[in-house]
Amino acid sequence: MQYKSQAVAKPYFIAAIGLFVGQILFGLILGLQYVIGDFLFPAIPFNVARMVHTNLLIVWLLFGFMGGAYYMIPEESETELFSPKLALAMFWIFLVAGALTIVGYLTVPYAALAEMTGNNLIETMGREFLEQPLPTKLGIVVVALAFLFNITMTVLKGKKTSISLVLLIGLWGLAVFFLFSFYNPVNVVLDKFFWWWTVHLWVEGVWELILGSFLAFVLIKTTGVDREVIEKWLYVIVTLTLITGIIGTGHHYFWIGTPEYWQWWGSIFSALEPIPFFAMTVFAFNMVNRRRREHPNKAAVLWALGTGVMAFLGAGVWGFLHTLAPVNYYTHGTQITAAHGHMAFYGAYAMVNLMMISYAMPLLRGRAANSNKSQVLEMWAFWLMTVAMVFITLFLTAAGILQVWLQRASDAPLPFMVAQDKIALFYWMREWAGVFFLIGLVIYIVSFFVGGEEKQAV
Amino acid sequence: MSGAFTKSMARNIFYGGTVFFFLLFLALSFDTHSQLPKRDMRANITPQIAEGKKLWEVNNCIGCHTLMGEGAYFAPELGNVVARYGDEGTKAFIQSRPKEGIPGRRSMPQFNFTNEQLDAIVAFLKHVNSINDANWPPNDQG
Repeated sequence: MQYKSQAVAKPYFIAAIGLFVGQILFGLILGLQYVIGDFLFPAIPFNVARMVHTNLLIVWLLFGFMGGAYYMIPEESETELFSPKLALAMFWIFLVAGALTIVGYLTVPYAALAEMTGNNLIETMGREFLEQPLPTKLGIVVVALAFLFNITMTVLKGKKTSISLVLLIGLWGLAVFFLFSFYNPVNVVLDKFFWWWTVHLWVEGVWELILGSFLAFVLIKTTGVDREVIEKWLYVIVTLTLITGIIGTGHHYFWIGTPEYWQWWGSIFSALEPIPFFAMTVFAFNMVNRRRREHPNKAAVLWALGTGVMAFLGAGVWGFLHTLAPVNYYTHGTQITAAHGHMAFYGAYAMVNLMMISYAMPLLRGRAANSNKSQVLEMWAFWLMTVAMVFITLFLTAAGILQVWLQRASDAPLPFMVAQDKIALFYWMREWAGVFFLIGLVIYIVSFFVGGEEKQAV
Repeated sequence: MSGAFTKSMARNIFYGGTVFFFLLFLALSFDTHSQLPKRDMRANITPQIAEGKKLWEVNNCIGCHTLMGEGAYFAPELGNVVARYGDEGTKAFIQSRPKEGIPGRRSMPQFNFTNEQLDAIVAFLKHVNSINDANWPPNDQG
């Protein structure tokens, strides 16, 4: 750790991991509800558990992004953070707001929560991923603005690198596109149209800039490859991301009342969306092969390579599988979508955060890298979680193909629930893969607490 | 990437490409908005339909169901449910959910809607079914 103020990243990382555990536990509840339908009913119905699962994901990823930015920006800018106090204050506000929201989901019926939290003033609740009550949404805006102010001021007073610049564009984009979550017209087609301006332009747009800049930063640090080379790659990757991803939004405009020409725009541009992810994988492997030093933190390098490969598979390949309009006509809103969503989020955003945590946490704890023993455990966790996610994706894909066949493509289409019963075996296997994921996550957490001989940071 | 292709060239392509494709996206969105009134049936939206949409949202229906294919995949598509069950069938289904669920089965909560609320929900779902969504879903099963 070169700058004292980088230390504010630590609570962000710890909170991120804690919320990640919560996300996975609720994932297991949901997986079980798929096969034992009345599990925890009516105390925690599926929609409540799912809201907790997806909202925890979003919040822990945001904690990770903020922690990563607070760690990275002082080092890139070669100056202390503009205001570490503001960063810490925002940490507590965000954590308390997030915790209260989850408690609200779990203890109050959603309609009552909406009533209590002023949904009648601006109706924003009850839309997928944007279920947060109004005060939480406003809290997210306040925290995001304070965070952006802090990070931007730090960059402005220090050195302005390309990595910082790409990160800033990504983070400002994140804040700007979140504002569409406040727009919820009575016309459901318009509602859905602009809902994607938050959801798609986040995960297939500006978030990829954050991902790219984190990856570039860790690769510079761990491989010692020339900054000029890495930053040139970064620009190429984020260019490919945005020229494919922005019009790629069209793959969500096939069947929601929007004109048919989106089937062409969406199919063509989103078919190109795997390219930036492929470039990211080639980039990561290329830089590691051309490394000029042996960094003692092997685990961080493994996460860096892993995030490239898994993002390419999950977002790129599994996205492409169902993105062409004639295919999507049959697969839209099935388990194929769920399969893609799981691997893409894990590969791109969970793993890049875990990479940043893996690189930064030992330094924040005053060592160059964790002990060999700890790193071996962390790498076990990497493989268990990653292989488990591959199997979750494969089982959901199998379930999805059968679902499409039974319910949509056959001559005598079956009702939804009849088809679901026939594919229950795959849901059971997905749940077991989820248990292995949890074991991997537990080992990951244990890896923070094992001793052994550590290299002191220089 | 050889020395001829410099970082500043890459940066300029990034800015130029992003601006160009974002403007193209805005142009397409603008055109879409001029076509939507013919497709989204906005002229038919009544206060009752608006109330139905609100009930749909504040009960987080999307947490289990899909609507025009978007949402969760735990329970059936509802964009065409009125085509499947009819108005009365849809209302009767929502009304008859047992409070404690059905043993071993995926269960829908009992929301205790009033008759007016049920009418509003059905009006909203009928409205969604009337939207021109390029003939999706492939069949009535959703």
